[in-house]
Amino acid sequence: MSTQKQREPESQEPSDGETTPTPQERRLERKESDRAVREEAADESDLEEETVLLKVFRYDPEVADKQEPRFDEFHVPFEKGMTVLDAVIYARDTYDPSLTFRHSCRQAVCGSDAFFVNGKQRLACKTQISELDQPVRVEPLPHQEVIKDLVVDMDHFYDQMHAVEPYFQSEELPDDELEEQRQSRENREKIKMSSRCIWCAACMSSCNIAAGDNQYLGPAAINKAYKFAMDDREEAELTEHRLRIIEQEHGVWRCQTQFSCTEVCPKDIPLTEHIQELKREAVKKNLKFW
Amino acid sequence: MSQSYNRGLIEDFGRWREFSAGMWAWIFHKFTGWMLIGYLFTHIAVLSSFLAGPEAYTDTIQGLEGLLLIRMLEVGLLAVAVFHILNGIRLLLVDLGIGLDSQDKSFYASLILTGIITVASVPTFLDGFGGVLG
Repeated sequence: MSTQKQREPESQEPSDGETTPTPQERRLERKESDRAVREEAADESDLEEETVLLKVFRYDPEVADKQEPRFDEFHVPFEKGMTVLDAVIYARDTYDPSLTFRHSCRQAVCGSDAFFVNGKQRLACKTQISELDQPVRVEPLPHQEVIKDLVVDMDHFYDQMHAVEPYFQSEELPDDELEEQRQSRENREKIKMSSRCIWCAACMSSCNIAAGDNQYLGPAAINKAYKFAMDDREEAELTEHRLRIIEQEHGVWRCQTQFSCTEVCPKDIPLTEHIQELKREAVKKNLKFW
Repeated sequence: MSQSYNRGLIEDFGRWREFSAGMWAWIFHKFTGWMLIGYLFTHIAVLSSFLAGPEAYTDTIQGLEGLLLIRMLEVGLLAVAVFHILNGIRLLLVDLGIGLDSQDKSFYASLILTGIITVASVPTFLDGFGGVLG
C-alpha cells in the first residue's frame, strides 16, 4: 500500500522536471527523500514477509477447554540470530500470555529451557531458528509428565540426580583451615567435560532405556557419578561406595550404547563414553583373578 | 498442579525417520540377534531329521536346497549374521572406549561391508540351483 502511493510522484517526474529548473531541484530533493522512505518501507516489508511458523504444544489442566492437548500455531517475525526461545517468548508476549514455559538465563547456563524441537531434545536458547526446518514444532520433553504447555515435571529427574550423591564428600581436610583442596591438572582435565552438566534433562528424555525403565539412573546422573568417582581427591572407600551405587541393577548396566544422550547433550558431554568408563571401572572392581 | 498429562512413548517407531545412527545400530543388532536365535531352532529341526536315518537327512537337505525361497533365505541369513558379527565388534570397541567419536561411521562401515559380502555371496548360494539338486 504505502509503496504504491509513493511511486506516483516519481512517474510524473520527467515531464515536469524539464519545464522549471527550481521546482525540479525541489522535486529531485523530494525524490531523493521519497526513495529513502521507500527503501525503508521495502526493508520493513521484507522483514514482515520473513516469519517463522511455530507449532507449539498446548495443554492446561486448569481450563476445561484446554485439557485436551493440541498444537497452536504462531507466526513470529524472524530476526537474524533468533533462537527458538526468542521465538516462543515473542509468541507469549505478543499473542498469548498464557503460553507457559521455563526459561531463565537465556544463554545455555541455567538449563531450564530444554524442549523437544522438531523431533529432537534441544536447549531452546541455544538453537538457532535458521538451522531448523519450518514449521518449527516445539513440544515439552518426552517421557516426562506435562504440567502445562511446555513445562514438564522434573521431580523424577532430580531424584535420580540426587541418588548418586552429587557432591564432594572427602573426609580428608587440608592441614591448614584456609588451604584449598587442590586437584591435579590431569585429573581436572579428566572430569572437565562431565562437570559441564546443566541439569537440563535433555539426555534423560532422549534415552530409550530411561523411557522404559523408570528406575534407571539415566545418563545425567551417571555422568554426575563419574565426575566424583573419577575425582582423585576422594578416598578409595568413597570411590568404591560411588561405584556400588552406579553398578546396581538399574545403574550403568542398563545403558545399551544407543548414543542418543551424547547426541542431544547441549553441552557436548561425551555421556556414553563416561558411562562406558564407569562400566569398566565396575568390572575392574569386581573381577579379581588373584 | 492438580493433574498432569502423560504423553506416553513419544519416541515410538513412528519417528523412525528421526532416529540417529546409534539408534539404528541398536535396532538392527536386536533384530538380527532375534533372527539368529530363530534360525538356531529351525537349524536344530533340520539337523534332527538325521535321527530318522541318513537317507531322510539327505532328502530333507536336497528338498530344502531345491527351493529358491530357501536359497534366498540363506543369503538373508548370511547378511544377518555378518551384520551381527560386525556390529558386535563395533560394540566391543565401544565397550573398550575405543573410537566412540566415530561410532556412527563404524556403523555405516559395518552396513556397507555387510552389503558387499552379501552381494558377493549370491553366486555361491545360487550355485547348482535347478541342476544337480533340483
